[in-house]
Amino acid sequence: MTASTIGMSAFEIATLVRSKQVSAAEVTHEHLALVKARDGDLNSFLQISEEAALASAKAVDEMIAKGEDPGALAGVPIALKDNLVTRGISTTCASQILKAWKPPYDATVILKARAAGAVALGKTNLDEFAMGSSTENSSFGPTRNPYDLGRVPGGSSGGSAAAVAAKFAPIALGSDTGGSIRQPAALCGIVGVKPTYGLVSRYGLIAFASSLDQIGPFARNVKDAALLLQVIAGHDRMDSTSLGGPVPDLLSDIENGVEGLRIGVIEELIDGVSPMVGTALDSAANSLSAQGAQVEHLSVPAVKYGLSAYYLIAPAEASSNLARYDGVRYGLRVEGQDMNETYVASRTKGFGPEVKRRIMLGTFALSSGYYDAYYGRAQRVRTMIIDSFRKAYESFDVLLSPTSPTTAFELGAKAADPLSMYLSDVCTIPTNLAGHPAISVPYGEGENEMPIGVQILAPALGEANMFKVARALERGAPLIAKKLFWE
Amino acid sequence: MVEDSLSSNAEFLSGWEMVVGLEVHCELKTRTKLFCGCMNAFGQEPNTSICPVCLGLPGSLPVINEHAVELAIRIGLALNCRVDESIFHRKNYFYPDMPKDYQISQYEKAINENGYLELPLSKKRVRIERAHIEEDTGKTTHVGGDGGRIHGAVHSLVDYNRAGIPLVEIVSAPDLRSAEEAREYVSELRSILVASGASDGKMEEGSLRVDANVSVRRSGSREFGTRCEIKNLNSLRSLGRAIAYEAERQVELIESGQVVVQQTRHWNEDQGVTTAMRSKEEAYDYRYFPEPDLVPLCPSKEWVSEIGSRIGLLPADRRKRLTSLFEGVESGSTFDQIVTVVGLGLDELVVGAVEGGADPRLALARAANEVAANMVNQANLSVEAFGELIKMESAGQLSATQAKTVLGKMLESGYRPQEVAASLGFEALDTAVLEALIDQVISTSPKEWERFSSGEDQLTGFFVGQVMKLSKGRADGKVVTAALHSRRA
Amino acid sequence: MPESISRKEVKHVASLAKLALSDEEELMYTDQLAAILDHARDIMALDTAKFAPTAHPLELNNVFRSDVEKASLDRDEVLSQAPASQDGRFVVPRILGEAP
Ligand SMILES: [Mg+2]
Ligand SMILES: [Zn+2]
Repeated sequence: MTASTIGMSAFEIATLVRSKQVSAAEVTHEHLALVKARDGDLNSFLQISEEAALASAKAVDEMIAKGEDPGALAGVPIALKDNLVTRGISTTCASQILKAWKPPYDATVILKARAAGAVALGKTNLDEFAMGSSTENSSFGPTRNPYDLGRVPGGSSGGSAAAVAAKFAPIALGSDTGGSIRQPAALCGIVGVKPTYGLVSRYGLIAFASSLDQIGPFARNVKDAALLLQVIAGHDRMDSTSLGGPVPDLLSDIENGVEGLRIGVIEELIDGVSPMVGTALDSAANSLSAQGAQVEHLSVPAVKYGLSAYYLIAPAEASSNLARYDGVRYGLRVEGQDMNETYVASRTKGFGPEVKRRIMLGTFALSSGYYDAYYGRAQRVRTMIIDSFRKAYESFDVLLSPTSPTTAFELGAKAADPLSMYLSDVCTIPTNLAGHPAISVPYGEGENEMPIGVQILAPALGEANMFKVARALERGAPLIAKKLFWE
Repeated sequence: MVEDSLSSNAEFLSGWEMVVGLEVHCELKTRTKLFCGCMNAFGQEPNTSICPVCLGLPGSLPVINEHAVELAIRIGLALNCRVDESIFHRKNYFYPDMPKDYQISQYEKAINENGYLELPLSKKRVRIERAHIEEDTGKTTHVGGDGGRIHGAVHSLVDYNRAGIPLVEIVSAPDLRSAEEAREYVSELRSILVASGASDGKMEEGSLRVDANVSVRRSGSREFGTRCEIKNLNSLRSLGRAIAYEAERQVELIESGQVVVQQTRHWNEDQGVTTAMRSKEEAYDYRYFPEPDLVPLCPSKEWVSEIGSRIGLLPADRRKRLTSLFEGVESGSTFDQIVTVVGLGLDELVVGAVEGGADPRLALARAANEVAANMVNQANLSVEAFGELIKMESAGQLSATQAKTVLGKMLESGYRPQEVAASLGFEALDTAVLEALIDQVISTSPKEWERFSSGEDQLTGFFVGQVMKLSKGRADGKVVTAALHSRRA
Repeated sequence: MPESISRKEVKHVASLAKLALSDEEELMYTDQLAAILDHARDIMALDTAKFAPTAHPLELNNVFRSDVEKASLDRDEVLSQAPASQDGRFVVPRILGEAP
C-alpha cells in the first residue's frame, strides 16, 4: 500500500481502487481500524458491521480482478444512519423499541450504494427516530463533536456527520426532515445535502415525517457529496413519491463557477444568529460576489413561520408513523394483562421523552376539534411558504442563509428546554416544507473555534446550480484550523 | 336464493318504520394486494402472503395497484356514481390486525360518490353516498375461553395474509325500510359486483361483508331515531334476521319508556340476538389526515370511459335480456329464477343455450336450480353441452329425473350429456318400446283405461306412473302423457 | 392568554397514543407542549384562507404499480423477529373489545 487512505476523498479512494493501486479490502481494514480505535470517545457508530464490510470489499476486489468496473464508489467506505433499513443488520433508529430488530429487506439507497461499489462500515447514531438536533436523544448515548468532545455534533444525523468529520469514512448517508443533515454538517464542519423531495427514494428510510423526510449525503467536500447523491438519486417504483425522469447531472458543471448567477441572501434567516455566524455569512456572500455572482439581500417573508408550521406538521405525521411500534410484529414488547396494556407498556418503555413529546404534540394537532386550528392551518402556512419561495426564485437562481444560528453547543445545554432546541432548525426547516434542495458548506470557524456552515437553497430540482455555487463557496472558504480530537 | 319469510316482523312493527343504511365491504378480484405485490388469495397458509409493505415494516411504502383502481371505478360506474379525483387518508387506531396501526382509506374525497342502485323488484332507487377504496385488515383467531370468541379468550393469533387486500366500501343512504329490502339491496349489489367483474361476491369467504345501521321511528315521522350499527353480517340470512331483531329491540325499548343508546352491536347467529360490543372506555378519534406516502388519484375522462366500455352488461340489462325470452314476466317464479340466474352470473349459459335452440323455460329452470346448487363446478359446464342437455330433455330423450342426474355428472366431470347418459344407461326409449309399454299397462288396467278414455283426466297420473314403473324410470313423463292422450283420441 | 393545552388534554392525547404518564410527566409535558403551541401562535394570527392546504410538496398524481405478483417474505424470517409466535401466526395477549 502506497499511503494511508484515511482522510482521502471518495473520488481519490475510488480512483486508487479502480486503478488497483490499493485494494478495497485494504481501505476497509484501515478505516475499520480507525473506527475501532477512536469511536469509543465519539460514539458515532451504534454498530460496526465488520463482516459485511469485508465481504463487500472482497466483492469489489473480485470484480476488479475480473476486469469489471464495480462503480463510481468502488471500495469507498460509507457510514449509514441507523434509520436506514439494512437486511440482517440490526436497524434501531437509536430506540429501545427497535433495539433488537433485524430487518428482512434493504433500503433502496443501500442497494444503490452497494451496486456502485461502496462498502458500508456500519450504522451511525442519531436522535431517536431522527427527532432532535443534537444526537443527545439517542437511547444509546450521545454522539460527541469530533472537534470538541464536550460539544454536540448536531442532529439528528449526528453520528454520520461526526463519523465523516472524524475521517472514519469519506462519505455517509443521513436523513433530513427539518435540517437533520445540514445542521450537523454545519456543526461538524463538513458538507451535507438535503435533496429535492422525491429525488432519492425513501423506501427503507424509517419514517419520521413522510412529507418532509429525504435521504441525503454527507462528505468532506462538495464534489464527493455530489457524487454520492448522483449514485443514490433516481426513480424507484417502490416509492410513490419518487420523481420520474432522468437524474440531473450534478458533476459536469460543478467547476464552472458562479459568473452571472443571481444569489439572494434571505434577510429573515439572519435575524438572531450569533455574531460570528453573521460575519461568516457576509464573508461568504462577498466571496461569491467576488467570483462574479450578483449577490443581493431579499425578503422571503413566510419563512419566519416555518418553525411553527413544521412543529405541527412533522409531529402529526410522526404520531401516525410511529403507531406501528406496538409490540405485536417486531421490536420491544412489554407484556401486560391484555392487548391494550401491552401497547401502553411497550410504547411507554420503548420510546424516549422527545419521541413521546412529539407523538403527543402530533396526536393533539390531529385530534378531533383541533385539526383545523393546528394541522390544517399549518398545511396552509406551508402553501404560503412555498408561494413565498416561488416569488423569490423569480428573481434569484439560489438563496443563501446560515445553516444554523450558532456553532456547536455544549452537551446538555438545551436538553431541558425543547423549544430552544427546536430553534436550532429555524434556518433549515423552510426548505423541507417546500420540498426544495439545500446544501450546507463549511465556512471557517466561529464561536469557540467551532465550524460554521453556510446554506445554499435552490428551487426543486435545482441541484446542479446549487452544487456549482457550493463548489465556488468551498473554493473561497477559510479552512478549519482546529484539530480533530484524535489528531 | 330462497330465504325464510319475515312477515311476522312486519306485523310486529305496525305503527313503526325501520330505517336502514348499509355499509358493504367488498374485496376486489385483483391478483395482488392494494399496495404491494403479495398474492390476493383466500385460504393460504397463515402469514405466507406478506411483505414489508403489507406487514407495515419500518421504512416500507405503499404503491397503488392500478387494477384495483380500475375495479373500483367499474363499481362506481355500475352504481351510477360520479367518478372523480380522490385522495387517500390515514385512519388511525390501534388494533393488532392492522400492521401499521392505521388504515389507508379514503375519507374526504372518495373515488366514487353520489350514485344509486335500483332494486330489481320494487324498482326503488337506493342512494349510494360513496364507494371508496381502502385496505383490508389481517385476521385474528381467539384461543381459549368461549369457543373462539373474543371474550374470555386467553390470547389471540394473527395472520396478515388478508392485510392489504383491496376493498371497496359501498355506503348507502339510510333509504332501506325493511329487512327484505336490505336483503334485496345486498343481493342486487352482489349481482352488480359479480357482473362487473370487480368481485367474486362470496359472502361465505368474507369477500362481501355487511355492516347495518338500524334505527326506528313512528310511521309518518320524518325524524331519524338513534341508530345502532350491527357489524360483520356475513350472509343474507343473518342480515335479514339481525335487522329484524334489532328493529324489534329498539321498538320494545322505546315502547317501554326507555331510550336507544347509539352503539355498535354484534349479531349472535346461534342465539338470534344482537349484543352490545364491549369496547374500550375512550371515545374513538381516528385523527384522519391525508396519507403523505401516496399521491392523488386523478382518473382521466378517457380512462374512466374506457373502463366503462369494458364493464359489460349489468344485472338489470341481463335480466331484461333474459326476460325478453319469455312473455310478460316482471314478477312471479320465473322472474325470481331470472334474478337468481343473473345474480349468480349464469345468464350467459341460459342465453347461449336458447340461442342454440334450447327451450327457454327449461334452460332457465335447470340453471336456477341444478346449476345454481353446484356453483363450485360451474366452470366445467360449457354453454354448448348445457344446450344439448336441455334439447335432449325437451325431445324426450331424457326424463326430467334423468336430465337432472346427467346435469349433475356433467358439472362434476365436464363430459358431454350424450357421454354421461350413455355411461348411465339412459338410452332414450324408442317410440315402439314406449307404445309396447303403454299396451301392456292398458291390458293390465282395462277398467281404469275405460274411465280415462271417457275423459277422467285425473287418471293421467296413474297411467304415467305405471308406464314409468315399467320403464324403470327411463320414460319421460311428458312424452308418456302426450302418448296417452293421443291414444284416447 | 388561555392555556393552549390542558393537563386533561395531555392525558387524553397520551391515551390515544398508547402512552402512560406519571403525574410528574403529565405536568412536565403539559408545560412543554403549551410552550411549543404558544410559539405556534404566530401562525394563528395569519390570514391563511387564500392558501389551500399542502399535504405534499410534489405535484404528482396517478402513481401506480401493475397488478403483478412479487415474492413474499420467508415466514420464518419474519416470525423470528416477532415477540411471540405460534403455528405460523403472531401471538398477542387477549384483546378486550372488537376493532372500532
Ligand atoms: Mg371502512
Ligand atoms: Zn405485501
